[in-house]
Amino acid sequence: MTSAADKRVTLADAAALVRDGDTVVAGGCCYSRTPWAMLTELLRAGRRDLTLCRNLMSYEAELFLTTGAARKLIASWVGIGLRWGIPKVFREYVERDPQIYEEWSHLSFGMRLMAASMGMPFLPTASLLGSDLLERTPAQHIRCPFTDELLVAVPALVPDVAVIHVHRVDAEGNAQVEGPVYMDVEYARAATTVIVTAEEVVPSETIVRHADRTVIPGFVVDAVVEVPFGAYPHECHGRYEADFAHFDTYTEMVNGGGVDGVQAYVREYVEEPGSFAGFLDLIGASALLEQRRRALELVG
Amino acid sequence: MTATAPPTPVELMTVAGSRLLRDGRVVFAGVGAPLEASVLAKRLHAPALTIVLEGGSIGPRMLPGMLPVSTNEMRAAHDASMLTSINDLFLYGQRGHYDYGFIGAGQLDRFGNVNTSYIGDPDDPKVRLPGSGGANDIVSSCREIFIMTRHEPRRFVERVDFVTSPGYLSGPEARRTAGLVRSRPVAVVTDLALLGFDEETGRLRLDALQPGVREEQVRANTGFELLVSETIGELPPPTDQELSELRWLRDGNRDTSQTREVTSAP
Repeated sequence: MTSAADKRVTLADAAALVRDGDTVVAGGCCYSRTPWAMLTELLRAGRRDLTLCRNLMSYEAELFLTTGAARKLIASWVGIGLRWGIPKVFREYVERDPQIYEEWSHLSFGMRLMAASMGMPFLPTASLLGSDLLERTPAQHIRCPFTDELLVAVPALVPDVAVIHVHRVDAEGNAQVEGPVYMDVEYARAATTVIVTAEEVVPSETIVRHADRTVIPGFVVDAVVEVPFGAYPHECHGRYEADFAHFDTYTEMVNGGGVDGVQAYVREYVEEPGSFAGFLDLIGASALLEQRRRALELVG
Repeated sequence: MTATAPPTPVELMTVAGSRLLRDGRVVFAGVGAPLEASVLAKRLHAPALTIVLEGGSIGPRMLPGMLPVSTNEMRAAHDASMLTSINDLFLYGQRGHYDYGFIGAGQLDRFGNVNTSYIGDPDDPKVRLPGSGGANDIVSSCREIFIMTRHEPRRFVERVDFVTSPGYLSGPEARRTAGLVRSRPVAVVTDLALLGFDEETGRLRLDALQPGVREEQVRANTGFELLVSETIGELPPPTDQELSELRWLRDGNRDTSQTREVTSAP
């Protein structure tokens, strides 16, 4: 048996696959299975002018805007989570320049990635009809050539890079997730370059044993990075709950200081720890284990 | 049995919302009060109600005291019958499998158009709101649309600044012409009233008052002229059972004077 390609790299090496100005889509949804380690690595690497895309964005949106890592966001919702209200700094940025945010509905955003994942230039949908969202996006009215039904055509969105965090992957990139897959499969198929971070990198035999659980095949994956707790402070289904206390810390910093608050957060929790491992050290083992305990209680 | 504390405005609204959901149907519920109303309905009068949530969760049975803060998180997936992709979850709706779409609203107008995007001119906005999420998709595809929101003048406006999730637009003809033929706005539930839509004009109509609420109060909190049903009803007050179940779901503390229940709410 010949050995498969070994795509394992460090977070820093993976970050080098992203170029300034790229369109980057981040996996998961809102504060679930966000590739936090990879996203903050892009901040540490000083990437600039990205177009950051995600179905629902949590406060990574504000970190990317205030550091200049992103100059544009494409999403269907930007917040932190319902409980934390309207995101103050995102508001400030869009109120100053509405052009930095391209707003879609959840499904129409998903259909853009689905179209790209199918190798098609567009897909029709029944969403956006009659709404003002239609006027402010590149979406177009279209008539079905067979039934004449009025629909909306959304253009394929082909990201330069997809960054996705999963439960387990082998060195070749065959990836498995537990719980909802969100839009990760469409992202992985659609993007030109795919970076997969994982709670654990496992031997191929482990993947093969449950091949029906593999959602992303290795041949679409370019880089594999093992990052335990790689979505933290966001959640990873069955592994750890989101750290709401940490969200509160972020919200307090932003409510007190606005843009300065976000920048202080980036200094304290991204730059000064020096690495994602350093960030986890700062959070501390007992907090991590508590979030793990809570997740096991829910799913176990 | 201990005396049950009187219902809060949000509880009134949530209980009234839950009563709209019939057994055996499928409801696509947004996070917050619509989700709580759906879980309550399933718990009480609609055990065969299937709840579906944006994150890909079909038929979850949420834990009391651990209702999700986002419909994508682990708590929203608890004891689900199926966890699928987000596109799949929405596409079952586009295919016509969802009976009810149940959403909240930042701002809505006399035609039930909902705005969760911009307050003010979208090119020079006063306030940027979090956005559609799945709400636009829900109102475009789910057969009957229910909207739940607090009844305040700043929310009930003559004309929304931005149509994120269309209601009747400017009337039934406008809705048809726009291609919105798969779904229909049916009701708006608030802490003051239950509102329906006039089929001729697509305008909001006062159908019933929450217990103890006067018609003038509803008018004073509505920023436009409401149509009024010929016979305005009064919604029955929440029962002790509805209230205690709802509170249990929200805070996880079971009144010890009640009968013991299983730990997992359907």
